[in-house]
Amino acid sequence: MIRLEGVGKVYSPGTPAEVVALHDVDFAIEAGEFVAIMGPSGSGKSTLMNLIGCLDVPTHGRCLIDGVDVAMLDAAGRARLRLDKLGFVFQGFHLLTRMSALENVMLPLVYAGVPRGERRQRGEQALREVGLGERMRHRPSELSGGQQQRVAIARALINRPPVLLADEPTGALDTRTGHEILGLFKRLQLAGHTIILITHDPEVAEAADRAVHIRDGALVQELAA
Amino acid sequence: MSSERTLSDAWPAARTRRHAGFSDIVEMAVFAVRGNWMRSVLTALGVIIGIAAVIVMVSVGQGTQRELDRTIANLGSNRLEIWGGAMRMGGVRGGAGSISSLTDDDLAAIHREVPEVQYAAAQIRGGTQVVNAETNWNTQWVGMTADYFETNGWQLESGARFDERDYASAAKVAIIGKTVREKLFEGSDPVGASIRVGRVPFTVVGVLKSKGQGPFGDQDDLILVPLETARRRLAGPMALPPGAVMSISMGIARARDMASAERQVSELLRQRHRIAPGAEDDFSLRNLTEMVSARTQTTRLMSLLLGAVASISLIVGGIGIMNIMLVSVTERIREIGLRMAVGAGPREIQWQFLAEAMLISLAGGAIGIALGIGGALLAEKFGALPVALDTQVILMATGFAVATGLFFGYYPAHKASRLDPIEALRHQG
Repeated sequence: MIRLEGVGKVYSPGTPAEVVALHDVDFAIEAGEFVAIMGPSGSGKSTLMNLIGCLDVPTHGRCLIDGVDVAMLDAAGRARLRLDKLGFVFQGFHLLTRMSALENVMLPLVYAGVPRGERRQRGEQALREVGLGERMRHRPSELSGGQQQRVAIARALINRPPVLLADEPTGALDTRTGHEILGLFKRLQLAGHTIILITHDPEVAEAADRAVHIRDGALVQELAA
Repeated sequence: MSSERTLSDAWPAARTRRHAGFSDIVEMAVFAVRGNWMRSVLTALGVIIGIAAVIVMVSVGQGTQRELDRTIANLGSNRLEIWGGAMRMGGVRGGAGSISSLTDDDLAAIHREVPEVQYAAAQIRGGTQVVNAETNWNTQWVGMTADYFETNGWQLESGARFDERDYASAAKVAIIGKTVREKLFEGSDPVGASIRVGRVPFTVVGVLKSKGQGPFGDQDDLILVPLETARRRLAGPMALPPGAVMSISMGIARARDMASAERQVSELLRQRHRIAPGAEDDFSLRNLTEMVSARTQTTRLMSLLLGAVASISLIVGGIGIMNIMLVSVTERIREIGLRMAVGAGPREIQWQFLAEAMLISLAGGAIGIALGIGGALLAEKFGALPVALDTQVILMATGFAVATGLFFGYYPAHKASRLDPIEALRHQG
């Protein structure tokens, strides 16, 4: 599903500000897996997530998403790949504040060219699936943190991407709400999604099938959970 | 990567278009403009003023142009005009026509000796009351010779010109202008009718085709009578010495002969009037065509200048759009990052912001066109300015509005589309 081959990332190469964020990372995630990527801040896990999420291209090595080499795509091609294969869940939710929960959820379908009627139908269904059937018209500011993250998850799922990429999804939530969100991820895995969770919290990582540790830009070990 | 299991089959992507549609882009633009309502209106104000200014300026410029073109057409082509006068009395110089130094014989001499002159007509003129039964009207009469129709570009709407005998026998016949006809006859046919000019009864033999408004007022407010008739019946006792005329109009056959004809006529008259070399002319010779052409050029330059000034205000309006769009992009960097993360391509981001700029400029353009039309009509009504409002001007203004939105919206939209999604998502603010 996702395969990294000798992937390295260097920022500002050849300048005094050169930073090697990743070097020679090899690893693969199979379809249907629930993987946690762990590491302290500055370890390179954000860089890794950006590469997996097709938001960035590696300086060297190959990054294959569903068999497609990301480096071969232009910005429009990467956007297309994100639309089709990846759903993002962010620590800060990243909802558009002026839109209702439903409008936020339907956003990716605009870019997928789905007809309006179907957008609404699928948006409402996705919100019901994450338990927000009663709050579709609410603005993000009228929702709790956990509810906002559910909206974000519904949005990530709306275009039926195989992979869900979550960056510290529980970081801004209290423990109990965090557990609920993790439970939701578990259910999504059972429904067939591949889930990649980036976190620094070992407790959160326990929800995953396996955890990948990264330190100073390199993988250190893989542990079966 | 055939060995890898993909989930594409398990998750069928049921879609047709695979990018944001036109209506989605428009909807986003409307949403953004409404979200910043006051700001959008103020931004559009620049375009509104610019477009309105362009419309008013261009339509007034074109109106003036058109009026001058009509004046030239009415003038008859290649027209020279001589007035008697400009005689010095002591230190005081009279204006053109202040003394009648021209005569029938001058006219005959011009006809005879200057071959470039195709038509030449002598005139005397005055004002009087004309009466038909119960109605009367004050108008100008012109006593003229036969070529007057050609030199001054008059055509008949009905009836016939004077014939040889009318001119020779000082017949009491008149051809009336459209205004006179309207004032005295309303609907009925004046040809054959009898009117009084001053105290003298005349028979109307023709009606002139209308020339409309000229630079000096209504051109149709006149009656024509044969020169000899005017001398005997209308000029009055104080009038002119025998054989004198007030002015001579000439039509030159070919435009390139204008200068030579002007020189020859001038020399001929100086010789005939026995004016010593170095002394001043006792007549004024003017090239009317040239004078009007000069005015035309001035007008053209004026309207160009006005258009340029109006365009500058439109450019200022466009810069306002660009400025606000740049602010809008900066404010919404996180939104742009999020849209990119969920699958918006650079083109879709670019279109979103371009559509916003276009919406502002088009809405501004529409309001500007309405205001411009209103302004032009007001200028016509209260400013007494000639106005030519046509679809061309409005189409041009619409084109300007579109071009303004495209031109000044492109850079901010392009900038938005080139944002790095990672940086954009991480942006604080």
